[in-house]
Amino acid sequence: MEIVVCVKQVPDTETRIKIDPAGKGIVREGIEYVVNPYDEFAIEEALVLKEKHGGKVTVITAGPDRAVDALRTALAMGADEAIHIQASQEDAVDSIGAAEVMARALKEIPFDIILCGKQAVDDDNAAFAPALAEFLGLPHVTVVTGLEVDPEAGEAQVVREIEGAQEHITTSLPAVIAAQKGLNEPRYPALRGIMQAKRKKIPVSTLADLGLEGETLPARTEVLSMMPPPPREGGEKYEGEPEETVARLIKALQAEKLV
Amino acid sequence: MDFTLPEEVEMVRRMVRDFVKDRLQPLADQVEEEDKIPDDVLQEMKELGFFGLPFPEEYGGVGVGELGYVVALEALGGANSAYGNLIGAHTGIATMSIYLGGTEEQKRKYLPELCSGEKIAAFALTEPNAGSDAAAIETTAVRKGDKYILNGNKIWITNGDIADVVIVYAVTDKSLGARGGVTAFIVEKGFPGFSVGKIDEKMGLRGSHTAELIFEDCEVPAENVLGEVGMGFLIAMKALDVGRIGLAGGAVGGAQWLLEQCIEWANQRVQFGKPIAHQQAIQWMLADMATEIHAARLMTYHAAWKLDQGQRVSREAAMVKLFASEMANRVADMAVQIHGGIGYMKEHFIERAYRDTRILRIYEGTSEIQRLVIARDLLKAGK
Repeated sequence: MEIVVCVKQVPDTETRIKIDPAGKGIVREGIEYVVNPYDEFAIEEALVLKEKHGGKVTVITAGPDRAVDALRTALAMGADEAIHIQASQEDAVDSIGAAEVMARALKEIPFDIILCGKQAVDDDNAAFAPALAEFLGLPHVTVVTGLEVDPEAGEAQVVREIEGAQEHITTSLPAVIAAQKGLNEPRYPALRGIMQAKRKKIPVSTLADLGLEGETLPARTEVLSMMPPPPREGGEKYEGEPEETVARLIKALQAEKLV
Repeated sequence: MDFTLPEEVEMVRRMVRDFVKDRLQPLADQVEEEDKIPDDVLQEMKELGFFGLPFPEEYGGVGVGELGYVVALEALGGANSAYGNLIGAHTGIATMSIYLGGTEEQKRKYLPELCSGEKIAAFALTEPNAGSDAAAIETTAVRKGDKYILNGNKIWITNGDIADVVIVYAVTDKSLGARGGVTAFIVEKGFPGFSVGKIDEKMGLRGSHTAELIFEDCEVPAENVLGEVGMGFLIAMKALDVGRIGLAGGAVGGAQWLLEQCIEWANQRVQFGKPIAHQQAIQWMLADMATEIHAARLMTYHAAWKLDQGQRVSREAAMVKLFASEMANRVADMAVQIHGGIGYMKEHFIERAYRDTRILRIYEGTSEIQRLVIARDLLKAGK
C-alpha cells in the first residue's frame, strides 16, 4: 500500500503565544516547533496500516526550512520517505492554499490513501483535508476515530465522531482521512531511529517546481489583525442568606439556559 | 563558535522530554513508594534505545555521541532519579568499560545486547576498604588453567541486583600495584561462584538499587579478561572520566526541573498578600539557581563535545562532575527553602529531590577526589 501523510509543523502547544507589534502575526522568536499533534495520529495510523498491509509511508509537508524537523520526526517514528515543499508559511492561515500546493505535489507520486490530522493546532481551521480531497477529486472523511482498510477491495471502513454519536462510513479508496484524537496512541520516535532519519535524503521541491508563482503558499485569505483573547472577567459573587442567593443563582443559570 | 545543538541531539532532547512528561512523571509517586521502575516502562525504554545512546551504531548503539547521551540524561531530569541512575551506571561506566577497554571480539559479543538493554550491566569497583582509594581493592583473581578464580566482595554496586553482565575489577598481581596489578573481568550472571548479596537501604534514589556482589571461587574464562591483564585500573579511570560527564548532565537536568518547579510555586504561593515571586529574597534565589545551572550546562556540553572530538577530558570531566553535583545540591537546598514547610514533607516531590541529589557529590568519585584529579592535572601541566 502506498500511504501518504500530510503533516504541518506548528508551535509547541505549551508555547506562550505573543502577538507581534504589527498585530498581524505572532512573535516567532524563541518558539519551539513540533509536529501538529493531530498529524501524529495520522502518522501512527499510517505506520499501523503499513505494519498490517505492507507498503510504504511517505510524509510530506509544505513549509520553511525548519519544517524538515517535522519530517525527520516522522521518519524517526518509522516513515519510509519524506518530501519537503519549500514554502514560507509564516502566519499563513490559508488552508485552501496549502491544500492546493499539496494536491499538485501529490499528482507526482502514487498513493492508495492520504492521511492527515483533522486540524492544525495553530490556526485551527480544520479545512485542509476536505480542500485537499476536492482538489484531487477524492472522497474524504474527517474527525476519524477508527479505520479499517481492505486494500483488495479498495475500500475502507471508517468511524467518525459526531455530536453525541459515531458515524460508520464505507469509502472507496483512495480517500483523504483526517485523524481525530482517540484513533490511536502515537509512538515515540525511537532514539535509534533518529540517526537513521538523519541520514535519509529528503527531496525538496519549490513552489515553482509545482507550477506556482511566489515563495509563500497561495492565499485566498488575508489576516487583517490578530489579537489575544480578552482577559477573563472576574466572576459574580452573590452575598446574603442562602434562601436568597440560591434563588438568584438558579435564575442566573436559567437565564444562560444551563439548567 | 556555534552553540547550536546538532539536529539529531535536539530531536533526542525533545523525544526524551516528551517521554518524561507523558510516561514517567505520572508514575513518580509509584516508583518512590514501590522502590521499583515498572517492568513495562523499562521494557519500553529499552526498545526506544535508552540503553545504548553514546555507542556507535555498528555495535548496536544509537550513535548520538556523548553530547546526545548527556542531553538525554539532562532531559530525564524531570523524572525520578532512578531512571538516570540505572541508565547512567549501565551506559556511562559499565558498558563504557567494554567499549573503551574491550577487544574487538568482546565488543562484538557484548555491546549489541547491552546497547539494546536486553542485558543490563554493572560496574563493580567499590569494596568495603576501597572507595575513594580505588587502588586499595582486595578482590583477587588467580589464573588456573584457562580460567581465573575470583574471590572478594564488592559493595554498593548500582544495578547489582539486576545486572546480567558485571565489570569486576580485581587484583591479579599485588606486587605491581594498581597500575599493572589490577585487571578488569567481564563476569556474567550465572558464572559459578558469583552471587548477589544484600540490597541496600539508601537515603534516596528509590527505584534504582545498589547491592553487594559476592565472588566465592568464581570461575571466569580467561577470554573474559577485559582488554589485557593489568589494564584494569586504566580502564576504570577512563570509564569514570566519561561517566562523570553523563552524571553532570543528569545533575543539570534535575536542577533545571527544580528551578521550573520553584518558579511555578513562587508565582502561586501567596504570603503577605502577594505571590512570593514578588519578594526579592525569592527572586535572588531563582536568579542564582538559573545562573549556576547555565554555567554547569555549558561546562558539561563542552566536555561532552571535547570527548566526541576524541580529545582528552580527564580534567574537564572532573570539573563538570564537581561543579554540576555541588550546583545541584545548592539548587536543591534553595528549592526546599523556596517551598518552605511543604518542601520538607514526604508527600512533596521536593523532599524526594533533595534526598536524591545528595549522592551526586559522593558516587563516581567524591567532590574531594574530583579536586584531587583537577589539582594533579594542573600541577603536572603547569597551567
